[in-house]
Amino acid sequence: MAEMVTLTIDGREVTASFGTTILEAAQDANIYIPNLCNNEELAPYGSCRLCMVEISHQGHNRLVASCIYEVVDGLQVKTNTERVMNVRKLVIELLLSRNSTHPTIRRIADELGVKATRFPIEEKGCILCGQCVRTCREVVGLSAIGFSGRGITRRIAAPFLDFPPDCIACGSCVYVCPVNFIPMREQNGVRTIIRFDFPMQQCKKCGKFFAPKKQLEYFSKITGLPLEHFETCVDCRKS
Amino acid sequence: MMNKIKSPDELLKLQEKIRASRDPNKPCITICAGTGCLAYGTQKLIDNFKAEIEKRNLTGTVGVRTSGCHGFCERGPLVVVNPKGIFYQRVKIDDASEIIEKTVLNGELIDRLLYTDAQTGAKVTYEHEVPFYKKQMRLVFGMNGQIDPKSLEDYLAIGGYSALAKVLRGMQPEAVIQEVIKANLRGRGGGGFPTGWKWDATRKANDNPKYVICNADEGDPGAYMDRSLLEGNPHAVLEGMIIGAYAIGSSVGYIYVRNEYPLAVTNITIAIEKARELGIIGKNILGTGFNFDIKINRGGGAFVCGESSALFASIEGRAGEPRAKYVHATDRGLYDKPTNLNNVETWANVPLIINKGADWYQSIGTKNSKGTKIFSLVGKINNTGLVEVPMGITLREIVFEIGGGIPKGRKFKAVQTGGPSGGCIPEKFLDMPVDFDELSKIGSMMGSGGMIVMDDRNCMVDVANYFLKFLEEESCGKCTPCREGILQMRKILDRITQGQGKEEDLDMLEWMGQAIIDGSLCALGGTAPSPVLSTIRYFREEYEAHIKDKRCPAGVCKALISYSIDAEACTGCGVCARICPTKAATGEKKQVHTIDQGKCIKCGACFESCKFDAIKVA
Amino acid sequence: METDIKEIIKRYGDDKSFLVPILQDVQKRFNYLPREAIQSVSKLLEVPLSQIYHVATFYKAFSLLPRGKHQFQLCVGTACHVRNAALLGEHIERTLGIKPGETTADLEFTFETVNCLGACALGPILVLDEEYHGQMTISKANKILKKLGKKVESDDE
Repeated sequence: MAEMVTLTIDGREVTASFGTTILEAAQDANIYIPNLCNNEELAPYGSCRLCMVEISHQGHNRLVASCIYEVVDGLQVKTNTERVMNVRKLVIELLLSRNSTHPTIRRIADELGVKATRFPIEEKGCILCGQCVRTCREVVGLSAIGFSGRGITRRIAAPFLDFPPDCIACGSCVYVCPVNFIPMREQNGVRTIIRFDFPMQQCKKCGKFFAPKKQLEYFSKITGLPLEHFETCVDCRKS
Repeated sequence: MMNKIKSPDELLKLQEKIRASRDPNKPCITICAGTGCLAYGTQKLIDNFKAEIEKRNLTGTVGVRTSGCHGFCERGPLVVVNPKGIFYQRVKIDDASEIIEKTVLNGELIDRLLYTDAQTGAKVTYEHEVPFYKKQMRLVFGMNGQIDPKSLEDYLAIGGYSALAKVLRGMQPEAVIQEVIKANLRGRGGGGFPTGWKWDATRKANDNPKYVICNADEGDPGAYMDRSLLEGNPHAVLEGMIIGAYAIGSSVGYIYVRNEYPLAVTNITIAIEKARELGIIGKNILGTGFNFDIKINRGGGAFVCGESSALFASIEGRAGEPRAKYVHATDRGLYDKPTNLNNVETWANVPLIINKGADWYQSIGTKNSKGTKIFSLVGKINNTGLVEVPMGITLREIVFEIGGGIPKGRKFKAVQTGGPSGGCIPEKFLDMPVDFDELSKIGSMMGSGGMIVMDDRNCMVDVANYFLKFLEEESCGKCTPCREGILQMRKILDRITQGQGKEEDLDMLEWMGQAIIDGSLCALGGTAPSPVLSTIRYFREEYEAHIKDKRCPAGVCKALISYSIDAEACTGCGVCARICPTKAATGEKKQVHTIDQGKCIKCGACFESCKFDAIKVA
Repeated sequence: METDIKEIIKRYGDDKSFLVPILQDVQKRFNYLPREAIQSVSKLLEVPLSQIYHVATFYKAFSLLPRGKHQFQLCVGTACHVRNAALLGEHIERTLGIKPGETTADLEFTFETVNCLGACALGPILVLDEEYHGQMTISKANKILKKLGKKVESDDE
């Protein structure tokens, strides 16, 4: 059994296993800490900076990202100090200046008492939480999309802003995005992600368009099973 | 040429042999060939000296040595005639034959090439008497003048690698670490972290392999100490790294050099090759069984890669994005292995500490900042160059006694230290001792050693804006506070410099600044607000003039100034009219000229070229 | 092209962690980073294309567009800035008609800014084709541009 650790969060004593992050420990204890770039399935990233908390350990006080910082015995965590709230307010105002309309952003802004951003708004949609890129890299294992540029020119990109050669159109990036930035639609047997078209496979039995051909080719490659195996949809395969 | 050295004692014997084979009285012309002097065209001067010596059949009797930077960059090209140490400055390319004829062969001085003391008007003959050098303590940097960086023999001749021999002859790794801890050497890259403790933590980390890295990314604009050390004395850095690797238990090292330093890369590459040939680095070092070798990685042009975790990412072949440092690099750094990263100057201090002992090192400096620090003294200063001074010297001594004060009789306004992570220090702190903790107390920091002097014609709001623009471009973009926050702070500064500042701007900048410091992922964002916050703290009136009065007192911010011609001073020479890109400056020959404000784009070309001081900025 | 790339990668022992130096050598060879070259590196080094694209767009040293025959680099380090490098930069922008990071349409000139070359005593500094020109002024810059055949608005002869 993993070693257990005792810490306090906002005065409340909480136990957690060694190797847990402060955010995980808080969530397990039903203590809310806002976050946007964190995802259970992905390695902690620490880019949005909403989840900052103030910790005190062996006499030192500082602010850390709770999604990354691992608990230690005797750690004292405060989730709502003035310094913490100022960081959160700044972050949400900055994110509102990139995306002033999405409910996810607005909800967090409301929670923080931020009615509007004082910064000039330039709608970009994407909040650069990185979940799409990280999902493609860590979960799907293909790194079909990545980041491009640095600083304020940073954006998510298919290489050369052109058709991503490694993409299998699984749609994971679309699904995982907290602000629904990546558009995906299906029409006439074609799945279109952003502006890239991926022909869908039609089930040899029932005729339904059920998965992008590229995705099935990928499954065939990694399982070693012949492509024909994947030309019928899952339901038809069962019967 | 030379065979591999098989023991520490053999190394000491080789030093002896080289020293014995050299005649200390042999005339030798040392020419500074650092990047700065090369930019003055020194290569042609070097070629001329060599050609002259050959022409006069003096090859073998008179030596020519090209050395690394001597530090007095303002006065380059620099030539020192040894053995006496006669110091010639602002040497012209055609002076080679005269120097050989008069000084080398006939012992005569060439007055026009000697340094003139600004106070007394007297000529100074010897390098060590030049006021610029007198107050310095050139323990590390001084070696540059005595060696050709491409020559391993030169380094051995001045006792180089003695520290390594001492360590490998009989010191246990832990003892080496204890000596460095005792000396209290603190990181010279900016962090000021106790080096010995870093080595200790890496040694004690429970994983392998362990890496030793030299951070030669030197990104602070205006700072070029590390470049000059790496160019001028690469072996000192190597020696420090080999000793460190031995103490820590590492066999793989990296030197991460900025892409913009080609000569440094060349010289360190040659140094490693020669050291390897001799058995000083590589397998079975000095026959002791200790293995350690070094790879050189070039940066790709990113200031953020001076940050340790971004540097590791770059070496790993990725974009230079930092990661949170809750787990120290000494436990999990490069490739997630225990890594000890130190700055170039830090490494170069190590042989000194081993050779002369921690007690000696402790005798220099202040209570918590020991040893010397090399600063690049640049900007509005008479004696631009690299200076090495003991910790605890005052800013006034550096700026006025070593630096020679402000050019053109202008008034000192501020000195910026710590690069984009540091702050601007006003006149009232000139008598402050320079050390790690004192600088932090007043809102700046030591940083890597850049010291940028500003006068009354520099606008502090413009300076703050400049640093924000710099950081905006250099931010990796991963975290929100830095990527978006710096941009928005910059936009506010833009408005202020354009005369569109608002009452609430200063409060907003201070609020944002603190939140960005607290919320950023790494030290780039974490220190980005410092220039703004320190200038608001010490030059608030200047900001208020911009915001309330729409005025730039220093005469810099274009939207708030205008150029005009002083009718009394104008001679009608027409230079301004000829250089004006928009034909705003016009006039008849020998008649007073005028500037059409409607056409003037405030490029400053006329101001720069008027020889009669007739262009006024207000 | 692939043979050139293979040779460069071999120089670094096919080691993925030398991606940045490899791309630097590729750029030296082709004057910029052609798309085909990047795709080749990805295939031969077995590094995801998106990672190389990020690296190529992250570091200032790399250009995905062809660069000019002559390369101007203006130092905009702090020491040069306090000596009015900004005004010099604006002048070059106006004269060449391009912003820092861009190349003229005729592929003659590329203009870049660099954050400190480390030769501060000579500031402001302009580097033209790796040759350093110190104590730059607008009139000196005009002379250099005219020598290269570029028309300048003003004539201060």
